Amino acid sequence: MIGHKHTDFTHPSHSSRLHHIWTGVIGDKLAIMVCAAFIFYCVVGMLAPLIAPYDVNSPDFVDLLNAEIAPYWISADERFLLGTDSQGRDLLSIILYGTRLSLTIGILAVAIQALIGICLGLISGYVGGRLDNFLMRFADVQLSFSTIMTAIVFLALFQTAFGINVYEDLAMFMLILVIGLAEWPLFARTVRASVLAEKQKEYVDAARIMGISKTRIMFRHILPNTLTPVLVIFTIQIANAIIAEAALSFLGLGMPSTDPSLGALISSGFRYLFSGAWWICVIPSVALIGLILVMNLLGDWLRDYLNPRTYKH
Amino acid sequence: MSLLTVKNLNVAFRLGKQELPALMDVSFSLDRGERIAFVGESGAGKSILGFSIVNLISKPGYIQSGSIKLNKKEIIGLNRRQMQEIRGKRIAMIFQDPMMTLNPVLTIGQQLVEAIKSHTNITYRDAKNIAIEKLLSVQIASPERRFNQYPHELSGGMRQRVIIAAILLLNPDVIIADEPTTALDVTIQAEILQLLLEICKKNDVALILISHDLGIVSKVAERTLVMYAGRIVEEGPTLELINDPQHPYTQGLLNALPQMALPGQRLNQIKGSMPSLADRPSGCAFHNRCPYAMEKCKDQQPEFIHSGISTVSCFMIEEMLEEERNAQEGLL
Repeated sequence: MIGHKHTDFTHPSHSSRLHHIWTGVIGDKLAIMVCAAFIFYCVVGMLAPLIAPYDVNSPDFVDLLNAEIAPYWISADERFLLGTDSQGRDLLSIILYGTRLSLTIGILAVAIQALIGICLGLISGYVGGRLDNFLMRFADVQLSFSTIMTAIVFLALFQTAFGINVYEDLAMFMLILVIGLAEWPLFARTVRASVLAEKQKEYVDAARIMGISKTRIMFRHILPNTLTPVLVIFTIQIANAIIAEAALSFLGLGMPSTDPSLGALISSGFRYLFSGAWWICVIPSVALIGLILVMNLLGDWLRDYLNPRTYKH
Repeated sequence: MSLLTVKNLNVAFRLGKQELPALMDVSFSLDRGERIAFVGESGAGKSILGFSIVNLISKPGYIQSGSIKLNKKEIIGLNRRQMQEIRGKRIAMIFQDPMMTLNPVLTIGQQLVEAIKSHTNITYRDAKNIAIEKLLSVQIASPERRFNQYPHELSGGMRQRVIIAAILLLNPDVIIADEPTTALDVTIQAEILQLLLEICKKNDVALILISHDLGIVSKVAERTLVMYAGRIVEEGPTLELINDPQHPYTQGLLNALPQMALPGQRLNQIKGSMPSLADRPSGCAFHNRCPYAMEKCKDQQPEFIHSGISTVSCFMIEEMLEEERNAQEGLL
């Protein structure tokens, strides 16, 4: 097909953009590895209930008699490949579930960020004038608080207001919401900058002269032209959201220890780090670092690959 | 019957507290199926005129006063929804660069169907059929295949054809073509012009051609209006105007055509350049470049007079006509 050979790299269309990324992945060893690792994490997360050796929801899962058993290669205990934590839970199982939680929170939080950010950025850039000024100054103010700080204040208030039990039930949604709301300005700014460039182009005038409405022009015509940088930010922001979630959980404001994410696991293992049971802290940390590294590498690679100026082939 | 009547249209740009006039007292009318052309250098206000008609001048420009009537109905002051009904459906516009006019991330088909569906309530299937029929009518081969292709897969001439197909979708009464062939190479230019001409004749569509290429204008337009610094300075039937230009500016434009210079001679030019909006000369704006400028050109704006060939706004012509008349009276 002609279309696939002469892909226009400055304006990749949606389907050809995916195709373009796919050809790029195939031609680059690092990209293949990063993608494989990313897919591995996603599959592991999705299939956690199927592949985990123990059912984390069953009452027998917690058994204090099995507490702090070292990983298989040290203790030679065949029941627990990665050892157990202080409550005798199988570490491999809770890491699998934790990865699932961390990824879910990361992706959903960034989806909220992207939704708010893209809409506001689009409106801000296209409408311009006072609304633009207001939204962008609002974004500036929001960015001047660090995400973690906002989240700590918000989550702590929520905990004291509704009590720890309600909080533990809603922890996942609260984390998604707080991290999602805290970092939309990044998307908004990026989209706005692209919209400002795109709306000068004649196809926008042409669409207006065809009598197409403002909303349709914004969402159907301009938005698809601004998605390349959004894709890059999306991946990198997932890593950031996972870090934020882990940090909050580590501080005791995230997921409860009965339903731990990777951050909460690290936090609960941290207390045993110097009493000899290092694996409770170190193994989830390795899993978390691996996940974040993969997301960042993926983001970096996408940025280099989709930028026409650093395009190497 | 006149289809589009523009009367005393004034358009200005607001710059802080300053008001910079971009169009001054522009009046003309266009009949159904008639083809007219606006010519002039860059900055004469031709494109702004085109955008004013569809009320899409970009800020800080705005229509100060005047009237634009389409089918005897005033269209200045219509609200956005009413204006959207007129845009595309009654008045359509073609731009200079077909590369830029099509959205790079949507297929040809998506864009055409979008245009139809934003004005009429029909199913995708019907919209697609109309789109393919229009693609055929602008002589695009294998329209089904083109329908699913992206703009970058098409050549420049092909893209301009697609755009012409797009504006035909809703059967407009008036097409405004803003330098439709400037970005194309010469052979394609001729084809596109021919196509535009045929389509206008066949569908009885009126055409407003905006151009600085008098060659193109003479092929397409029945009537030509010459613009200088936001005003119409001369208006007349194209052939007569080209054969016997009255206004010194029109004469200058025609003399500046490369064909007018003999081999070995320097090309003719109009000395100086178009004044910017901010320092428009008083009186007749052309007086500081005009070889025939008189004292009163500096502070008075000449009225329009009929010279027998064209309608022109120039004191020199006015005096010449007066002298002729006096001479004739003397003879009697």
